Amino acid sequence: MTIRADIATLATPTSRFAAIRRYRAGDYPVLPLLILGIITFLAIFAGQLAPHNPEVGVLADRFRPPFWLAGGSAKYLLGTDQLGRDVLSRLIFGARISMIVGFTAVIFAGAVGTVLGIVSGYLGGWVDQVIMRLTDTWLALPALTFAIFLAAIVGPSMWNIVIILGITYWTRYARVIRGEVLSLKEREFVRLAIVAGCSKRTIMLRHILPNVVNSAIVLGSLMLGVVIIAEATLSFLGVGVPPPQPAWGLMLADGKEGLMVGYWWLTVFPGGCIMLLVLSANLLGDWLRVKLDPQLRQL
Amino acid sequence: MNSGPLLDIRNLSTHYVSAQGSRVVRAVDDVSLRIDAGETLGIVGESGSGKSTLALSILRVLPPAARIVAGRMLFEGEDLVEKSDAEMRQVRGKRIAMILQDPMASLNPLFTIGNQVAEPIQVHEGAKRRSAWQRARELLRAVRIPAPETRVGQYPHEMSGGMRQRIVGAIGISCEPRLLIADEPTTSLDLTIQAQYLKLLRDLQKEHGLALIFITHNLGIVAKMCDRLAVMYAGRIVEAGSVSTIFNAPAHPYTEALLNSIPRMSEGRERLTAIDGQPPDLSALPPGCAFAARCPRAMPRCGVEAPPEFHTGEDHRARCWLAAPDAAQSPLALPAEGRRGFA
Repeated sequence: MTIRADIATLATPTSRFAAIRRYRAGDYPVLPLLILGIITFLAIFAGQLAPHNPEVGVLADRFRPPFWLAGGSAKYLLGTDQLGRDVLSRLIFGARISMIVGFTAVIFAGAVGTVLGIVSGYLGGWVDQVIMRLTDTWLALPALTFAIFLAAIVGPSMWNIVIILGITYWTRYARVIRGEVLSLKEREFVRLAIVAGCSKRTIMLRHILPNVVNSAIVLGSLMLGVVIIAEATLSFLGVGVPPPQPAWGLMLADGKEGLMVGYWWLTVFPGGCIMLLVLSANLLGDWLRVKLDPQLRQL
Repeated sequence: MNSGPLLDIRNLSTHYVSAQGSRVVRAVDDVSLRIDAGETLGIVGESGSGKSTLALSILRVLPPAARIVAGRMLFEGEDLVEKSDAEMRQVRGKRIAMILQDPMASLNPLFTIGNQVAEPIQVHEGAKRRSAWQRARELLRAVRIPAPETRVGQYPHEMSGGMRQRIVGAIGISCEPRLLIADEPTTSLDLTIQAQYLKLLRDLQKEHGLALIFITHNLGIVAKMCDRLAVMYAGRIVEAGSVSTIFNAPAHPYTEALLNSIPRMSEGRERLTAIDGQPPDLSALPPGCAFAARCPRAMPRCGVEAPPEFHTGEDHRARCWLAAPDAAQSPLALPAEGRRGFA
């Protein structure tokens, strides 16, 4: 009887059963999407959701612990920092900075890298030589040191950070995309476009670009984690987002002395947020990589 | 239109040159060919004999290492060798179209069929999207794709191999070219689809008055499809003429060997006749005839002096000393040896 029941269940799965199975098969990265969704939501509605002003504190309420500890109150759910600023509000506004910096820097780096990669791979010859030697030189520079150097020149501000990270990380796209283009341009459909009289520009835009977009998106989702960490690091080192603004990396930097004397909530919460965001971005990237690969998709 | 041949290739040479210039591969060497409007010319030869390079030379889409080093290609009276890249783009796809070796892979997996059939029409005729798509539907009907209205919106992976093949054919004729070059278009197909496709190409040719250059190594297809035939060996045309002449009386031993190596059901032969030896290295050709080392009827002269083209009849020529008329035999480099061979 049991066996027959099992077979019946397998043969006609209820919708809920199928949904669970699909989740188990890794068909949808529910958790990463959920986390990214929440962080995006917080970032967009930070102004409405944050209970306090993130940049102005009440000095009398310094170093309040989270509400569940002795001395904590429901007024400051996750406690306050050394200037009496609400940690929760700062985290919520920090999400906005991390998301803006993360996405725009990835898009900026991706656009520059993809264009250079396509041009380099498709045109070949001296153009390829110039772009690839430039990429090699760029990759030889220690990324973070280079970013700090740039930040020291242009001065700290959120949009400068975006540009700096874009300039620092475009090379990874250029390399990967160029490799893809090298194999794509030998494909028959590109050669058909050539014998059909398409110009190089048309071929690059219409036949090459759409075929590398998948790779660029996957790489972008993986780069999102790298860029967010880099932003946090720059802020931690004091050359990132300037102090009154609540960047997560900056919160870590501000809270590091407190860690020694037991004010753990100043570092654990922003650290946890960075970790969750980066982890979600990477998991989503892995899922996209499998999902957008036509060979794997057909399985 | 002028009354001369549609395409007249004169003494065309295309060489691959290595980066240092130390190695020169004579992929196409001193080739002369002509094709009239509406005619089908077959080009046969084994792999590496320069057939594809010849086709790419005509469209001037050679890989970077290859150069057209000599010759002219008069297409409707205009020399293609002299044209600029921009002018060549106007020729490609519009006046001369090409079907590639693997039509199955010739479609971009990311675009709909309609998009890809309409592309050359939009590129060359500046047609609006709507009218180009309308033409695309008609073209699909012309290549006998059922339900073209729905097919235009579908993607290549939703089609069978034979359908994709016919779609590539439709792209080829989309701008009503005068000349269609088909480079082994049937090698990746099974036999029934092959036959269908060949019939389709022939029908399209008749309807549109296309000239067709058919590159293949399958002599059976040549017999069925072509009016005239050119046999290539080591970058040169060793024999050219009408299909019936060459099949009945090949003038060059290589052509003869090719014809003998076709499997036939009727003759009860147990073994296929293969041609002994290997084709020569195109970067180090022997001084004489390139086929001499494998030729069963080679003479001493063949190893020393490359034969020029001899006309052995109306529209039939061969590069072989055996085909030489008596008059051409006198100016010999090595008279004694050469004569002995002929005796």
